[in-house]
Amino acid sequence: MDHKLVSRRFFLKSAALIGCSAAAHPFLSSVTLAAAPWEERLVVIILRGAMDGLDVLQPVGDPDYAALRPGMAAALAAGSAGGAINLDGFYALHPALAGLMPLWQAGELGFVHAVSTPYRDKRSHFDGQDLLEAGTGFDLGPGSVRDGWLNRMLQVVPGVEGETAFAIGRDEMKVLQGDARFTAWSPSTRLTLSPQSRLLLEAVYHDDPLFRDAALPAMALAEELAMPEDKAAMANSQAEAMAAVQLTDPKAKPDPLAAFAAARLSQDTRIAAFSLSGWDTHRDQAGVLGKSLSGLQNTLLTLKAGLGADWAKTTVLAMTEFGRTARENGSKGTDHGTGGAMLLAGGAVRGGRVLGHWPGLSEAALYDRRDLMPTSDVRAHAAWVMHGLFGLDRALLERSVFPGLDMGDDPGLLL
Amino acid sequence: MTAIPTVAAIRFGYGLSPSRPAPADAAALLAGLTGPDQGVAAYPQETLEQSAPLAQEYITVRAARRAADKTLGGTDPVLAKAVTEVRRKLDRQMVKAALTALARAAGSAQPFRERLARFWGDHFTVRAKNLSEQGAVNAFADAALRPHLAGRFGDMLVASTTHPAMLIYLDQTTSFGPNSPFALRHKRGLNENLAREVLELHSLGVQGGYSQADVTAFANLLTGLSYTLENGFQFRPAVAEPGAEVVLGKSYGGTGPARLEDIQAALHDIAIHPDTARHLARKLAVHFIADTPDDALVAHMTAAYAGSGGDLTATYTAMLEHPAAWADFGAKAKQPFDFLASALRALDVDPATMLGFTPKEARQRLLEPMRQMGQPFAEPSGPNGWPEEAVAWINPQGLAGRIQWAMQMPETLAPVLPDPRGFVTVALADAAGALLVRAAAGAEAVAQGVGLVLASPEFNRR
Repeated sequence: MDHKLVSRRFFLKSAALIGCSAAAHPFLSSVTLAAAPWEERLVVIILRGAMDGLDVLQPVGDPDYAALRPGMAAALAAGSAGGAINLDGFYALHPALAGLMPLWQAGELGFVHAVSTPYRDKRSHFDGQDLLEAGTGFDLGPGSVRDGWLNRMLQVVPGVEGETAFAIGRDEMKVLQGDARFTAWSPSTRLTLSPQSRLLLEAVYHDDPLFRDAALPAMALAEELAMPEDKAAMANSQAEAMAAVQLTDPKAKPDPLAAFAAARLSQDTRIAAFSLSGWDTHRDQAGVLGKSLSGLQNTLLTLKAGLGADWAKTTVLAMTEFGRTARENGSKGTDHGTGGAMLLAGGAVRGGRVLGHWPGLSEAALYDRRDLMPTSDVRAHAAWVMHGLFGLDRALLERSVFPGLDMGDDPGLLL
Repeated sequence: MTAIPTVAAIRFGYGLSPSRPAPADAAALLAGLTGPDQGVAAYPQETLEQSAPLAQEYITVRAARRAADKTLGGTDPVLAKAVTEVRRKLDRQMVKAALTALARAAGSAQPFRERLARFWGDHFTVRAKNLSEQGAVNAFADAALRPHLAGRFGDMLVASTTHPAMLIYLDQTTSFGPNSPFALRHKRGLNENLAREVLELHSLGVQGGYSQADVTAFANLLTGLSYTLENGFQFRPAVAEPGAEVVLGKSYGGTGPARLEDIQAALHDIAIHPDTARHLARKLAVHFIADTPDDALVAHMTAAYAGSGGDLTATYTAMLEHPAAWADFGAKAKQPFDFLASALRALDVDPATMLGFTPKEARQRLLEPMRQMGQPFAEPSGPNGWPEEAVAWINPQGLAGRIQWAMQMPETLAPVLPDPRGFVTVALADAAGALLVRAAAGAEAVAQGVGLVLASPEFNRR
């Protein structure tokens, strides 16, 4: 029995146990009626803390780059991890992402450099992430839009069910919050119930749809993650993920968030969002960033392995609230900046390229004489991806999903 | 029909308790609003002044470490350790603030007052964006809200709008009158954040009759409100926009230097605006009674507010005297904080025991579960506070958190777990359904029976 059927059987079984009608159950309607309204998968990863795009994707061909970061470059050379990996003669990839080079070579990994949200000047993580997830312009002011752009996308497409979109992990995902239905679940959630307790709970929830509709998926998800049959079904992708992440680091373990995301996306889920932290590298950046990038690499390799054939239909967007200062600071780190980099991965991506107009790093070319000057809006790239994946109309994207955005010319991010 | 004391305790308080009698009726609830604030007296929270030295210490050691980094070109281990030590103190400060809030709610003899304190704390959401601001945020409610819970809304609006925690949270400390001497010299300008949120969230409401011109004028008027750790709250005419500002059709200031009194006058006028009456009446009804409350109830409360010049006790009285306030019991879902507080109250957990928890115990037993249920303590996601709708809380992840806590944690909190057959009545009285009473008796062990009661729809609704 394949993974999909096992999971469905469990949703059905949970419902049958307490005899509720299939139509009343949000998950069951997605099982018994049509599945998701499309086949393409989108994974949005929010990199919280402001990833240093200039270190991840090093513009080694820029004559001003080396002088801006003398201490950090030295620390890297002294490290055992080796130097950055040449991508195209101008950009070099941080060595902690070496394990992604096969994806780069296969055209499944790409970047856009010198991107930002419209957020400027105050450089607060809190406000910057709010604006990134709201997907609004600076003109609307913080707090004036209280749902996330991914949710607004779901609001404008038909056929969205509770299982279509998942916010994964313990962090609040504002990008997915709003009126459209989605499910939040952290694979770290424990729900350990004795069979007797479960029966009694199902009985007391039986006549209360609010509680019943929350409890059944919760019990099913918790059980699915713990059940032996499913473990066997997941063992293959788990083993593949293990092999993939251990190619570069024998001690690495697959990322549980990504493994869970892949498992959902292999079924009826089409959108997954989660966040990775650890990018606020004010001090000793070489060590801190290397660790966070290894985590990101692990996440992407786990997703690819877990998604199997569905990887071909998948786009992963990893974005951060802003970049960091062009110059290193006094603590071998960098401070909050403006322009940064975004990452695209997946079989649906036209990768192997670094996109974006490079503004240069001379004093005059910097934003505020300190940060990488943003030359494109991170929202425009996300909008073009949704246009390509889901066929969403440009006017709809510019009006409803990212109100006030000018998407500009198609950057051709997808195959 | 659920009994009046049951509704009074659960819907308008923190639930039933084996050691504290339920409020008999509306009058008993309102009686808790008069006299001294027993929650503050029994479980004091640090004031801004008391917490300032630690905030200052944090800023100082952090700056020292940064400076040393620059001169040494590396990390000074002594200073790094000092920063870690101050962070640990700040962590203990936060845990104590959370336990104090839970102790006040769970152990309250004035439960309606505690609920109102929490309601207004959410209405006037503040949050620390930096560890150095945590003390101000923790002190905010006791200083700006609790003294005015039963008084005039205008006084509460003035106190909250001028409190350091609010000034920091909504960026007023970086807002400068564009034509003030300071802004002209330093090329600084206006930040509209506080002005907008006062109108949109705190008073008139997003449907209220105000324009962008009102927001801008009001933002100009608010310039001058300032706070620094060293100097405390100050009104600084030098950073205030000169001249009069017309807000909602009325002119404030303009003769002589900018004055704090003009800001206070505008806030008092905004407080008694008809849109504010409607917005607050509806918001109270949504919080206490139903996600979509009865229109007649809201109209009755609005009239009481407007007729009394924004008197909050008159507004609460109007709510409690209306039949709709007592009907359709169970329409609301308890938020995670309230779920935990009412569970602690039903389990008769001694607040003093709770306050003695180590940070690790507090996190494991209360704070991490609250996060899992979707409501990390003191970390609301925006100035609009926590959502009200039941589905925002009773979803797979949130309910799993409640069930898991109900089944696992009570035995770490109560010295002896109660017999589930009696506990179902202690916790819910006549609100317990017949099925739940039978199920509680059918559990295979005491912990599971207690957990079943706490995880039940009846216990999570109000």
